[in-house]
Amino acid sequence: MAKVVVVTSGKGGVGKTTSSAALGAALAQSGMNVVLIDFDVGLRNLDLVMGAERRVVFDLINVIQGDAKLAQALIRDRRIETLSLLPASQTRDKDALTPEGVGRVIEDLREKFDYIICDSPAGIERGATLAMHHADTAIVVTNPEVSSVRDSDRIIGLLDSKTARAARGERIEKHLLLTRYDAARALRGEMLKVEDVLEILSIPLLGIIPESQEVLKASNIGSPVTLSNPSSAPARAYFDAVKRLRGESLAMSVPGEKVGFISKLFGRKAA
Amino acid sequence: MTLFTLFRRRPATAPVARERLQILLAHERALASQPDLVGVLLDEILTVIGRHFTVERDQVHVKLDRGSNVSTLEIGIEMPSHAMA
Repeated sequence: MAKVVVVTSGKGGVGKTTSSAALGAALAQSGMNVVLIDFDVGLRNLDLVMGAERRVVFDLINVIQGDAKLAQALIRDRRIETLSLLPASQTRDKDALTPEGVGRVIEDLREKFDYIICDSPAGIERGATLAMHHADTAIVVTNPEVSSVRDSDRIIGLLDSKTARAARGERIEKHLLLTRYDAARALRGEMLKVEDVLEILSIPLLGIIPESQEVLKASNIGSPVTLSNPSSAPARAYFDAVKRLRGESLAMSVPGEKVGFISKLFGRKAA
Repeated sequence: MTLFTLFRRRPATAPVARERLQILLAHERALASQPDLVGVLLDEILTVIGRHFTVERDQVHVKLDRGSNVSTLEIGIEMPSHAMA
């Protein structure tokens, strides 16, 4: 049975698109058929983070309005054959995104894929509520920082009231993905701890992605971090998160960078 | 700068963040869980008045002002001239 997953946060810049790309790629690397949908009409970026920006011909709104077939708009990843991308429109009016249209596209995608990952725009407006509307599962991306935690709390409220599942009286599965976490700073009392965020938001933890230079390096070259550097700390954290998403029970840890003796002596240089 | 200030631990700020969030979110969640009070009042007033005479929805005005010391609830109902006839 296909699973529709929304990656959401309320606040912008916390790592929704980066995480959508990394989680989608990691799921596809484990053999699942995965499609990533960009819901950020007017400010699409998933295509760029995935390195597919020059391959966009048709987009989600073209499909909804009947100007293109779904198969024409889907971009198959060149590195992982079980991974596809459905880009957002960069120019059209976002009112063209209708609940019925999105519903039809998602129903069609359910027949072809195991996982449908919806990358939500920031905010709590139409785009964000449409991205979450059909979701079975939500991944709430949060930074250990006051404004991000507050906005996540707001989004959790919307997930419980504004989604199709909520309207049917069903429960929507919610997971917390804590990103840009710095264990050393948390230990020094300079950053909210994992336990603090969990206690405040009270939803189960899917994973902790450590703050890492690898994330920017990956987006620079248009590759999910799980592909560009699979042994890096953030990539391992995303692989673990995907295992938990698939139902495995895994001990929670914050993967660290492996630092060799020589680099410890001379300080790390960006490789 | 003395040697003492150099090694003095700066106070942890994360517990402050945690406490501020707990207080703020307790308040915001209470607000969110409250149904639209004005809407509910309007519906109930319309029902009660509807037992005696017909009144349109736009003839009833409900205004709720929350102040720090005093909160006021204003209810205005436009009576149709033939209602009491």
